Amino acid sequence: MARMKFLCDSERCIECNGCVTACKNANDVPWGINRRRVVTINDGERNEVSLSVACMHCTDAPCMAVCPVDVFYQTDDGIVLHDKDGCIGCGYCLFACPFGAPQFPQDGAFGERGKMDKCTFCAGGPEEDNSPAEKAKYGDNRIAQGKLPMCAEMCSTKALLAGDASEVSDIYRERVIGRGSNKGAWGQNLAYNAAGRKS
Amino acid sequence: MGELRGMPGFLRGASFWLTSIAWLRSTVGLTLTRRLKQRLSLCMLLCVIALAPQVQAAGGEGPVGSGYKGADYWRSVTQGDAGYSTNKAPEAGVLINRSGEQWRQLRNNLVKRYGKWVLAATLLGLLVVYVLVGKSRLEEARTGVTIERWKRLDRYIHWLVAGLFIILGLTGLSLLFGRHFMPDLIGKALFNDGMQVAKWVHNYLGPLFVLSLAVMILKWLKNNFITRVDLRWFMQGGGMIKGKHPHAGYMNGGEKLWFWLLVLAGIVVSLSGLVLDFPAYFELRHDFQLANLFHGVASLVLVCGALAHAYIGSIGTEGALEGMVSGQVDEAWAKQHHDLWYDEVKKAQNDKK
Repeated sequence: MARMKFLCDSERCIECNGCVTACKNANDVPWGINRRRVVTINDGERNEVSLSVACMHCTDAPCMAVCPVDVFYQTDDGIVLHDKDGCIGCGYCLFACPFGAPQFPQDGAFGERGKMDKCTFCAGGPEEDNSPAEKAKYGDNRIAQGKLPMCAEMCSTKALLAGDASEVSDIYRERVIGRGSNKGAWGQNLAYNAAGRKS
Repeated sequence: MGELRGMPGFLRGASFWLTSIAWLRSTVGLTLTRRLKQRLSLCMLLCVIALAPQVQAAGGEGPVGSGYKGADYWRSVTQGDAGYSTNKAPEAGVLINRSGEQWRQLRNNLVKRYGKWVLAATLLGLLVVYVLVGKSRLEEARTGVTIERWKRLDRYIHWLVAGLFIILGLTGLSLLFGRHFMPDLIGKALFNDGMQVAKWVHNYLGPLFVLSLAVMILKWLKNNFITRVDLRWFMQGGGMIKGKHPHAGYMNGGEKLWFWLLVLAGIVVSLSGLVLDFPAYFELRHDFQLANLFHGVASLVLVCGALAHAYIGSIGTEGALEGMVSGQVDEAWAKQHHDLWYDEVKKAQNDKK
């Protein structure tokens, strides 16, 4: 069984925001909402570095744990999805999310939060795959079509990788061998590779 | 250039630049006078001295592409440092929301876990009191003569606050605990629709509760300053311990305690609630996290207090509820529970005559 993951190689990301645009286009993301964003650290300085970030589809997802209406669910592939019909727009998932992934339209009275919108790994929602209802609420279901998320597919430098964790990991490992260093994916050493941790 | 063709690319480039520099030196160098050369070298020396600190600083970080830098960035972003993003949403530049996991732990493992036990303990405690102590009955027979305890406006404001509190309490508790049992109880579809309504009701009635609570507190403030009589009332356990009923004025010590709890927790619950109610005016997740925790704790305190208050004011004390329903209490009740107030009222009545 696959375990879907994103990995952004900061050595390759050039802050073109192509992933953001590709996502908005593929999923018809509403005005004012970006399911993905690019953040640049030390912008304009010699050591500037960029990273594209969206929902990371956590294994122990904090959004799932705090949702008062329990609308989140995880697919067999480890993709974290939610049922917009049940969402009440309380904002708790945003408070808990480590990556700022959940977004809320604020077109209600007094800036009240509407139904939450976030990256679906291009896997739609609980409706029938690729149905008009699913498309309207969650955007394209590329996973059901046998494709990978649009952001990673469109990435011009292939900084953003998406897919089964073991395959993403293999691609990245090849890059590490070529470069002779593992500084493209921050914290990767700490998070995934205890043996390679520097003392 | 024929011999260059066989060379690798970078060597070809290097030899081109080397020959070019040699050519420049041979032509320009001949035309420079000795004096100009001296001046140029002085300028260059000054430049080097002036630029030295900057060059050193830049050099300390090492050239881009060498050395392991990922750990530094990782440390920086996990501390919540913000970068630049073309996305202008609040906190879009923050890669890692530091306090998110902390908030999750505090809400799920502290407020929710202990909150349900505190609620259960309160209900159980009231049941135990009802079974062991029982209803506090009137010691003397009803006189049939009543005196006015609560004016019409007092009763309206009390029941307005109470009604809103019950609605907000039920919707709030279902937001906190509902997901664990309500879908099984009423079905997923009804739960979904119901919770959307619950959120709207909670959000829109909240400010109304704040206003009515503020009016009630201001109106009743003068009756609720703690006096020496109240301290003695507390010392004697409010008459719960069998024996002589302690003296009490218009409000007894217990009522005043509930009033001040309502003031303190009410302020916390109101302010935090208004923050949560208007997300457009508060941008930082940290504000919402704090507001949510304060709101949850203060609300649970108030719910427990209100349960005790409702018990004591209705089935716990004979003759108490009618005071807040009709405004009139029996003289026997007044004499038993608020003897000092009863004396005052009687004195005033006699003075009038």
